[in-house]
Amino acid sequence: MSATGIGAAVRRKEDQRFITGKGQYTDDINRPGQAYAYFLRSPHAHATIKKIDAKAALAMPGVIAVLTGDDLAADKIGGLICGWMIHSKDGSPMKAGPHPALAQGKVRYVGDHVAVVVAESLAQAKDAAEAVKVDYAELKAVVDPAAAQKNGAPQVHDVSSDNTVYQWHLGDKAATDAAFKQAKHVTRLDLVNNRLIPNAIEPRAAIGEYDPGTDAYTLYTTSQNPHVARLVLSAFVGIAPEHKLRVIAPDVGGGFGSKIFIYAEETVCTWAAKKVGRPVKWTAERSESFLADAHGRDHVTRAELALDDRGRILGLRVKTIANLGAYLSTFASSVPTYLYAPLLSGQYDIPAIYCEVDGVYTNTAPVDAYRGAGRPEATFVVERLVEVAAREMGLDPAALRKRNYIKKFPHQTPVIMNYDIGNYHASLDKALELADYQNFAKRKRESARRGRLRGIGFSSYIEACGIAPSQAVGSLGAGVGLWESAEVRVNPTGSVEILTGSHSHGQGHETTFAQLVSDRLGIPIEHVTVIHGDTDKVQFGMGTYGSRSGAVGMAAIAKAIDKVIAKGKKVAAHVLEASEGDIEFKDGKFTVAGTDKALGFGDVALQAYIAHKFSGQDLEPGLKEGAFYDPTNFTFPAGMHICEVEVDPQTGVTTIERWTAVDDFGTVINPMIVEGQVHGGVAQGIGQALLEGARYDENGQLVTASFMDYCMPRAGDLPSFTVGMTTTPCPSNPLGIKGCGEAGAIAAPAAVINAITDAVGHEDVAMPATPQVVWRACQKAAQRMAAE
Amino acid sequence: MYAFDYHRPKSLRQAVNLLAKVEDAKLLAGGHTLLPTMKQRLAAPANIIDLNGIAELAGIERKGRAVVIGAMTRHADVAESPIVQEAIPALAELADQIGDPQVRNRGTIGGSIANNDPAADYPAACIALGATIITNKRKVPAEEFFTGLFETALEEGEIITRVSFPLPSKAAYMKFPNPASRYALVGVFVAKRGAEVRVAVTGAGADGVFRVGAMEEALKARFSPKSLEGIKVPSKGLNSDIHADADYRAHLIGVMARRAVANATGKA
Repeated sequence: MSATGIGAAVRRKEDQRFITGKGQYTDDINRPGQAYAYFLRSPHAHATIKKIDAKAALAMPGVIAVLTGDDLAADKIGGLICGWMIHSKDGSPMKAGPHPALAQGKVRYVGDHVAVVVAESLAQAKDAAEAVKVDYAELKAVVDPAAAQKNGAPQVHDVSSDNTVYQWHLGDKAATDAAFKQAKHVTRLDLVNNRLIPNAIEPRAAIGEYDPGTDAYTLYTTSQNPHVARLVLSAFVGIAPEHKLRVIAPDVGGGFGSKIFIYAEETVCTWAAKKVGRPVKWTAERSESFLADAHGRDHVTRAELALDDRGRILGLRVKTIANLGAYLSTFASSVPTYLYAPLLSGQYDIPAIYCEVDGVYTNTAPVDAYRGAGRPEATFVVERLVEVAAREMGLDPAALRKRNYIKKFPHQTPVIMNYDIGNYHASLDKALELADYQNFAKRKRESARRGRLRGIGFSSYIEACGIAPSQAVGSLGAGVGLWESAEVRVNPTGSVEILTGSHSHGQGHETTFAQLVSDRLGIPIEHVTVIHGDTDKVQFGMGTYGSRSGAVGMAAIAKAIDKVIAKGKKVAAHVLEASEGDIEFKDGKFTVAGTDKALGFGDVALQAYIAHKFSGQDLEPGLKEGAFYDPTNFTFPAGMHICEVEVDPQTGVTTIERWTAVDDFGTVINPMIVEGQVHGGVAQGIGQALLEGARYDENGQLVTASFMDYCMPRAGDLPSFTVGMTTTPCPSNPLGIKGCGEAGAIAAPAAVINAITDAVGHEDVAMPATPQVVWRACQKAAQRMAAE
Repeated sequence: MYAFDYHRPKSLRQAVNLLAKVEDAKLLAGGHTLLPTMKQRLAAPANIIDLNGIAELAGIERKGRAVVIGAMTRHADVAESPIVQEAIPALAELADQIGDPQVRNRGTIGGSIANNDPAADYPAACIALGATIITNKRKVPAEEFFTGLFETALEEGEIITRVSFPLPSKAAYMKFPNPASRYALVGVFVAKRGAEVRVAVTGAGADGVFRVGAMEEALKARFSPKSLEGIKVPSKGLNSDIHADADYRAHLIGVMARRAVANATGKA
């Protein structure tokens, strides 16, 4: 291993600019003549718009335009789309209501976009927005998805009389029912997976610009996938043809999924730029992010696990109601279906699984993918069930897991997935050792002496990453392929530019990707630049989400590098006057086998461009290759996280005393960045378990609309993490990579809740497990003990 | 934020004159409540009188059996003050638990008291320690100063200049922070001075800070955490929100009071 190659903990190249304040984010960009957009948002969760009167606003100083949904319609601008078709059990397609970028006749959640004011300054736009008179007729709102399905509930969209988008299912119902009939023990749980608000440090932003000279648009925006944004804005929204729209996603300060989607604001800024003849800039305020960024999770689930008398799992039955919010966001439909139910087998050999999911409209912000997207929800269901089953049956939770782990690979689950490789016993054993499980009882006694309750919780998570084989997802309803592209451009002096369709918004691609290139081409890492996030530079790409950039994005780069090496061999053969078959490439040198004749990589690059040693008939000059990599299977990162907590029974305060993560990510390129991903993911998972929870009141007002009430995890809420690895390289991936970005967020919530319920001796602990929730569970446990 | 006229007086006299002269004025101390409200366009004063240029309003001094703190003294300065740490360590500890470092280096004791947020920390200290709020016009006992939710006895044209805290023999503040905002979900300040004992609770009361008579009586008999066992604070009149309902708050008052007494008696 070289100091900068695969497996080296190289310091991040991009940090120099980030930590010295030299990053270039969308809001740092200012275009000549730019005007400012301010969105007038609905104060009501549900209302019809009778009239919008902008006369007074238009007369105010600095106001350039006030645009509404009528203007969009007049320009024949289409609505936003949901790109994944889900069919109900009965075969009917999902019921997708219209999703205009500015409301047309109706608003459906607090924060919905009513009009945009474009003015010379932001302050003037805000002042004018207050003068826009909107005549609303308020309607009753519904925020609870189960209530939304009931007769007589307020109807969010005309297309669905009971607000149900789809009633989907997966698995074998008859086989699962039969498994439950045989069961000696059944564990049942009612679980809520709490709604989360993403809160990337950088709020969303957009600058739309139109050049009448070329009739072309440019959109600068906070996107995790600029090419997909361009595709949607061209092919579906219809703002401009694809070749007349350039989308640039410069430095982006965190996404966590929330910046995958194509939102109203960037759509409107791009469209408005031509209408007003000025660049139009919008940057979200934090309050707008709370209201109108796509939220995450929000499931209500009944789950049942069937076991035999020895604790072998026979079957799993799950019914979930998923709150999709007021509109179907870009990938909303797929999250509680194909990103959720196929993971319900966990790490276990479960003969029969049946899962039903109802997707439901409510008068709340749209819900879509958020770090983990469906997989944290699945892991929470499986790992809570397994833990509770062990407690109910009086078995050690680690032993019950071991009894049911999948041991032979490949393994076909009853819910689509074919696990290629893993070693779940290895990660469990290593985690037990790192967590000093054998001395837990001693620590528990020590805590008890101080009046504290100590508990331990496990989470054997699995995820499907490296998304995804295009054919497979196409057959499941995806509107796009999920390959990735890369281009390797070698300069005449031997330095290299990598153009990737992946997008880095905190993941460290500029370092990790360069490590691969340095390793494969044998050149210094400083000679490599990674270019991403600009549709005019990178030909196409599917972007970054679903822990896919390493597994899919880098595989595409590796494939292009192979082509560069192959071409380099041809060049070297001409220069060295040898046969191409005799040229070997190793450690940055092209050599003629069995001789001391050699050319450095830089020499070959120069020869490729000056083209003095071969004729154009023999060989094309230049050294630049591209590749598209389409995976042949999902990848299956898995591992074991163990959480140890202490609860103060007098106050209900939970402190996390120990955190042990043992993950199998396959091949690791940069262990420092990977460990950082684990830390960040676990922090988010702990946030969900202990602190975060979006709450609407019955009128659809967001109660947790600022950091005063929505509790983000802080450093002091978190322990020091113990991070370990086990490795089974992914056989279907050319680099052996599985992916690591979401693991922590997927594993953590179940581990935390399993630990708290162990500590307090009661299973009724909902997320977020605030002190009040935990204190009540302590009270219930005490009452039950008194009754017994 | 709407437009406003900004004034930065150099002396208390100038500030008082401005306050009398200009229409619809707000005093700006640390600005932690006023500025966010203005940014959200929920407040739109025509005039802002910034007190940050008035040197005479800041500072901490020991005056006999009292510590006197200028209204514009930052929380961080109270927390780090050797005078306060020596004379009333509980008050320094309270200041050290307000918000976060940014808040503590900007927020002021006068601003906090004048705002009388029902979840602020200082009102509990003022009541429990029997502080006197000194203004440009008069001296107001803390008991008479905090009159209700965000309401005080301050009159038109009145500016808090100092707060005088008599020295207790024993005192402690125990705070249970709201995990999100770090304001007090429940905060209990316990103080013993001579024969008198006061237990003041912030964060919990629907009308702001209040005293718990039953606890005070029990502690007068014997100043020990044990004296508080079995004393239940009724949940009626306590706040309920998404973070804590009234029953939980009532329970926490008991826990925090016992811990405060234990702390004050060195038994924590």
